[in-house]
Amino acid sequence: MTALTGTPLADPSAPVAGTPATGAARQAWRRLRTRPAALVSAGVLLLLVLLAVAAPLLAALEGQDAYAYHDDLVDSARGGVPYGSFGGASADHWLGVEPGTGRDLFVRLLYGARISLLVAVGATAVQIALGVAIGLAAGLGSRWVDGLLGRITDVLVALPMLVLAIALTAVVPRDFPRPLLLILVIGLLGWAGTSRIVRAQTLTLKSLDFVAASRLAGSGRWRTARRELLPALAAPVITYAAILVPTNMVVEASLSFLGVGVTPPTPSWGQMLSTAQTWFRADPAYVLLPAGLLFVTVLAFTVLGDAVRTALDPREASRLRVGTRKENSR
Amino acid sequence: MTRYVLKRLAGAALVLLALSVLVYALFYVAPGDPARLACGERCNPQQIAQVRERLGLNESVVAQYLHFLQGVFTGRDYSTGTSVVHCDAPCLGLSYQNDQQVTRLIMERLPATASLALGALVVWLVIGVGTGLLSALRRGGPTERILTVLTLAATGTPVFILGLLLLMVVCAYLQWLPFPSYVPLGEDPEQWAWNMLLPWLTLGFFESAKYARLTRSSTLETLAEDHIRTFRAYGVGERAVVTRHALRGAVPPVIAISAVDLGYMFGGAVLTESLFGIPGLGKTLLEGVRSIDLPVVVGVVMVMGVAVVLAGVVADLLYAAADRRVVLT
Repeated sequence: MTALTGTPLADPSAPVAGTPATGAARQAWRRLRTRPAALVSAGVLLLLVLLAVAAPLLAALEGQDAYAYHDDLVDSARGGVPYGSFGGASADHWLGVEPGTGRDLFVRLLYGARISLLVAVGATAVQIALGVAIGLAAGLGSRWVDGLLGRITDVLVALPMLVLAIALTAVVPRDFPRPLLLILVIGLLGWAGTSRIVRAQTLTLKSLDFVAASRLAGSGRWRTARRELLPALAAPVITYAAILVPTNMVVEASLSFLGVGVTPPTPSWGQMLSTAQTWFRADPAYVLLPAGLLFVTVLAFTVLGDAVRTALDPREASRLRVGTRKENSR
Repeated sequence: MTRYVLKRLAGAALVLLALSVLVYALFYVAPGDPARLACGERCNPQQIAQVRERLGLNESVVAQYLHFLQGVFTGRDYSTGTSVVHCDAPCLGLSYQNDQQVTRLIMERLPATASLALGALVVWLVIGVGTGLLSALRRGGPTERILTVLTLAATGTPVFILGLLLLMVVCAYLQWLPFPSYVPLGEDPEQWAWNMLLPWLTLGFFESAKYARLTRSSTLETLAEDHIRTFRAYGVGERAVVTRHALRGAVPPVIAISAVDLGYMFGGAVLTESLFGIPGLGKTLLEGVRSIDLPVVVGVVMVMGVAVVLAGVVADLLYAAADRRVVLT
């Protein structure tokens, strides 16, 4: 019952026995292939990543950049609404321009995608690295180490990440590079779920024959951890990472929306949505484009994550994922 | 039972103590110079020294922290030599902006957050549990598939996207409601409700997705149990089996998670409050961060910690009360 306080239901650390990775990956891929929703999601994300990577090229192709103001394209008499329909879309500005400033929306959205993906994936990498290291240390270390790390994990799991992240941004100097700051803050606050899973897995695996055999064959504790445990941990960790990416993306968008994330003039979807509030009627395209992009991206990641989870763990297939996501952005 | 509660409360106190050390270290020791922040941009060194003296920043870090703790339990005085500002019992310090007591500031903002949280609770209980129940009842059919897709889509979506769309459609285009601006309940209950309607719906819908999944899976789990088979054997209809008997399995988790979520919200539903301009704790936190008003930031984080930790204890107790099979140890 005490587990209820933390991640309330269906502790993700519960299932997934250690399956050696060899045939499992191929099997998982076969299962994944049969799910159209997952394939579509993967396609959408691939396209988005390509667009984000190619952003400078595409900007050059359009002949615009993310920061140039175009006062001539917005109607200053009407408070800066872009001339023309659909937010001033034209052959020069494919998705129109930003109201007020006249900056090119297409390029800004692309660069926003870069920030969004960079922060989400970067933060996930930090979370996974910390989570695996701390989870292994807790699972293999002495009771004392395990207890201490366990308490820290409990505290971090219990507290809402968004609030702590907002608070942390207050004490960091303004000139610290913001995307890096976001990666670090989200990473440092969000490893607890991973470490719980890794710890639980490690405890299970420790008692299995192949790990004991490795120890008997003369491997040291850390060599065993690296050679025997890490491969067996891959499946649950990948599954959890797939859930973390969209969550982190939402945290970044939320922080930027609140004005404590990516700072202007660097473009970010969350920040665009926060300025978009004043343009509901005058320029709906400016609200709908970033909102749509963020929605589709997060949804694609969520669907893909769901599919990866079921593909890697067929026993879970029939169950719904409840409560595995840390509820942190409301 | 009493022993269990005491044990949990002791644990909660330890967690909060740990949180206070961490927060204190992070916010008062690590960054630049609190005295400069408290004094403002145009302070000369002499004034800064005065502020440093008043805030007790010349003491060692440990002494400062102990004074902070003392303030929480007994209150403390901030003296400038000429005047003394007293800070009452649960003292979380004085705001750098206007020397207001942080505790008082937070208490002023609490009703707005409470209005938001409780209204949203009603929405997610009705819509979330309703949706979950419906999809358990229609399992295997097209209704369930649609609901499953909808809940999956809603789970990941940031709350402000939903809020922005609602504002855009309801307020800007259809003009059914004016753009919300917070009216305290005590001032005008009717206006309060109308202005809170969209925030309630936004936050409530957002949370509903989770409750729909929770209700559906708990209900389905109960449906697989033996006593349900017995009911069926007696000839109880499918609808009654699901709504009267299987739903019972969903009640304890829904209550418990609701308690946890309410706790989170008292830490501030920052996004919803910020979007709709509700002057609650979340907005206070943001204002504190923007003006680098560290005592306010620390105060809100501590209050959030208390709310979350207590909600956890309450959730466990409620769960045990709702499900007799659970034994608290």
